Amino acid sequence: MYTLSRDVVIINELGLHARSAARIAKLAQNASSKVWLVKGKERVDASSVIDILSLACLKGSKITLKIDEESDIDILNEIIELIKKGFGE
Amino acid sequence: MSDPNAIELILNGIGGSPGICIGKAYLVDKEGVDVVRKYFIEKGNLPDEIKRFKAAVKKAKDELEAIIKNSHEELRQQRYILETHIVMLKDKMLYGRTIETIEDERINAEWALKKVVSNLKSMFQNMSDPYLKERAADIVHVSDRVMKNLVGAEPVNIADICKRVILIAHDLSPAETSQIQLEKIKGFITNRGGKASHTGIIARTLEIPAVLGLNQATRIIQNDDLVIVDGTAGTVIVHPREETLIKYEEYKIRYEEYRAAITRGSYLVAETTDGFQLPVMGNIELPEEVVSVIDHGGDGIGLYRTEFQYLNSSVFPSEDELFDKYMDVVEVIAPKPVIIRTLDINGDRAIAPVSERDEINPALGLRAIRYCLQNPEIFKTQIRAILRVAAYGDVRILIPMISSYDEVCETKRILNEVADSLDKEGAVFKRDIEVGIMIEVPSAVIMADVMAENVDFFSIGTNDLIQYSLAIDRGNSEVAYLYNPLHPAVIRAIKHVVDVAHEKGIKVFMCGEMASDPIYIPVLLGLGLDELSMNPQSIPAVKSMVRSLNIEDIKRFMKDMLKQTSATAVMKLVQDTYGSILYDKIYHE
Repeated sequence: MYTLSRDVVIINELGLHARSAARIAKLAQNASSKVWLVKGKERVDASSVIDILSLACLKGSKITLKIDEESDIDILNEIIELIKKGFGE
Repeated sequence: MSDPNAIELILNGIGGSPGICIGKAYLVDKEGVDVVRKYFIEKGNLPDEIKRFKAAVKKAKDELEAIIKNSHEELRQQRYILETHIVMLKDKMLYGRTIETIEDERINAEWALKKVVSNLKSMFQNMSDPYLKERAADIVHVSDRVMKNLVGAEPVNIADICKRVILIAHDLSPAETSQIQLEKIKGFITNRGGKASHTGIIARTLEIPAVLGLNQATRIIQNDDLVIVDGTAGTVIVHPREETLIKYEEYKIRYEEYRAAITRGSYLVAETTDGFQLPVMGNIELPEEVVSVIDHGGDGIGLYRTEFQYLNSSVFPSEDELFDKYMDVVEVIAPKPVIIRTLDINGDRAIAPVSERDEINPALGLRAIRYCLQNPEIFKTQIRAILRVAAYGDVRILIPMISSYDEVCETKRILNEVADSLDKEGAVFKRDIEVGIMIEVPSAVIMADVMAENVDFFSIGTNDLIQYSLAIDRGNSEVAYLYNPLHPAVIRAIKHVVDVAHEKGIKVFMCGEMASDPIYIPVLLGLGLDELSMNPQSIPAVKSMVRSLNIEDIKRFMKDMLKQTSATAVMKLVQDTYGSILYDKIYHE
């Protein structure tokens, strides 16, 4: 199966809180296949806000985003950019 | 009217937003939603039940969208929260699971929703981070709205409030708070919620006093009761007596004067009553934060953390990339100084995937200057960028995690080498840059006299110094209570460093969290720190504290303080001697 992953560090003060998680989920919902968010040994569906929140990603956490379909690469990059910019907060 | 014979009652909660207000209580009731019946659905009727649930969600979504459309422009924070709630409505953990539960257990939508929500709630409430813990509230707010639509309860319409009141609620949902016409609200009181709750965040944004987490507020306080809200102290007074009222009217005026004064004063120098001037600087991580330092009246950048550029890329940043980032800061803050701290992490680990080469104990591992000296090419790239940017402003360099004198000598050697090669290339740069070291490892404290011979300044990083000196991992909740900046060992360590440095004629700065709390300022002035650096938001309050102190008084206080043998005793002495400065401006009789 195709997988591509990119690492990123959470830099915004509150970590992946409700609003930032919602922004990720909105993007992930447009993907043609699954977008996964991985922290340590845990993996969650990036299209679910509640799932993302349950990972408790605080500022400084290193996470990995994974996609199953090559066609979702733009969505992956968009999410990475959003996180890198600290969600513009 | 409130009953003239009622007894004055003082309630203590959490100060969610500072300030004082006095007014009539307005209770927001949210009853009816908690009462949910459970019943089974016949198999054939399951699709209809799911349809009913979907309709309730759709209605909730429409309602939220309408609230967003009609909400005040300035409430951006709240709009974001409401938009988040809209996304949550359709979240598979909530929406999908409720539908599954209806199907699998053949139960009514209300009961299925209640079940799913209570599972989610317990998951969040077990989290250790207070912010995330309170996110359980988001899920509850979202599901309450759907539940109201399912059971057909009348929603409370806060938009109808027509007089200036103090709002009292079990917990306010962001949707509810955004319906409020703010000019009608003087203050907030809630049973639930802490500092990081939405009500807290919103109250602080709007600068409306709030006391949260009062548990029984909605039971004790009646509609139209006269109430005093003191968000600074976290106190609520119900049925105040006339004397109390007069007293609090006075406090309110003083609080407003105090706020105005510290904000006005943030641009002025921080000078003690006997003329000692203390530069108060800001800590930053992102170049953009320099604006916040200027806005809060910072006298420069006392700590520019540079890890960020290394954390957010899969390759090491180039010299030019670093130069550009540093230039963004230097240009904006000039002619005020910038202290750039060199890489304070293990760069390999920042760039490689998580799993590779994990150290068992990274705090005591290969990081900061240790890593840089083992990877001189990465270090030299950063130094080149710093020396080049130094040509454009007052730039100083700060080396983290120094634990031996050899590291100082080796660093200086590399600095010279880099300067020589820049010179040969004919680059624009500055060779005579001030070089300082972080004092955060106990061995550096003990060797401070030797270190001082070869550097231009010290900067004490209290967070690590306390952690290493007391052997306490602040992130470990089992021992975090032992972490205390006023531990006599920490005080003595700082005193030793300052005394030795001043003897050798170099300055000592502090850039840890200890510098940002006004109550520690008398101690830090007494120890003789030459400059403090902190998160930008703390600058105005620290400057204001400095202005109310007197060095001669502090010297007397220090004699007593150095005799104390426990952190608790030191704290008590500080509070007894100086606590009044922080509170008397508002609370004196």
